[in-house]
Amino acid sequence: MTALLETKGDRLLAAIRHLLAEKGIATHPEIKAAIERTDRASPAQGARMVARAWTDPAFRALMLEDGAKAAESLGIPMRGLPPLGVLENTETTHNLVVCTLCSCYPRGVLGYPPFWFKSVAYRARAVRDPAGVLAEWGTILPANTAIRVVDSTADYRWMVLPRRPAETEGWNEERLAALVTAEAMIGVTVPVVS
Amino acid sequence: MLTPGTTVRVRDDWPETRGPCHIRTPHYLRGRTGTVLRHLGDFRNPEDLAFARPAATLPLYHVAFTPQAIWPDAGAGEIVVELFEPWLEPL
Repeated sequence: MTALLETKGDRLLAAIRHLLAEKGIATHPEIKAAIERTDRASPAQGARMVARAWTDPAFRALMLEDGAKAAESLGIPMRGLPPLGVLENTETTHNLVVCTLCSCYPRGVLGYPPFWFKSVAYRARAVRDPAGVLAEWGTILPANTAIRVVDSTADYRWMVLPRRPAETEGWNEERLAALVTAEAMIGVTVPVVS
Repeated sequence: MLTPGTTVRVRDDWPETRGPCHIRTPHYLRGRTGTVLRHLGDFRNPEDLAFARPAATLPLYHVAFTPQAIWPDAGAGEIVVELFEPWLEPL
């Protein structure tokens, strides 16, 4: 075990890639393509989905029914990824996503998780004191909004469909998408027009 | 199969005290009572997959809990969690 921990990371990675190829589990080009796909994923993909949902009711319905299918319809690769559930914020309910057990995150549509999403502090506090966490992010919800914390514990990945800010009437999808951040799709913030 | 609206108790079981394991049921829910929202699908048991053992396919549910029933100082709202059927006891 000590020897393994002391091995240089790149040598270990090369060894694992060779073993995967030798055993017929994954070829070098397949691994390369998967790494490229992972690196390309970013919150901009999720933001495109949100902007489309705000402007196209049929897409919104599809997104709430099957997030992965909706993502794929916009050309976002979801093959081999866990199912994507979409949580819609409403006038009365605000959703907040956390993975208390580790760092489950909808990487296909949001990319790599922010560092704080994986922190013990966020994971512990999001379930126990979500209102306090939102206040620290400067997020102000209308009175009487209930907070629903979604603890991502198993085979689904979850993203939030935020509410469209009222001041954005007539905006095109590109302009709308620019308002939507990873934080808003996790639920610690809401989109605001600056 | 558990139907939406069923009241369930999460098993008050602590396999981590008996040896190595991989559990997707958070500590704070063991022994707590919640309500089944819906069946999310069927997935292979991560408790076996993690150890490369043959893994059965199990129903996975979204279950809602009241935070104030878990922590006296909690605010209003709800906590919704994915839980596998063997962890749920219908009441």
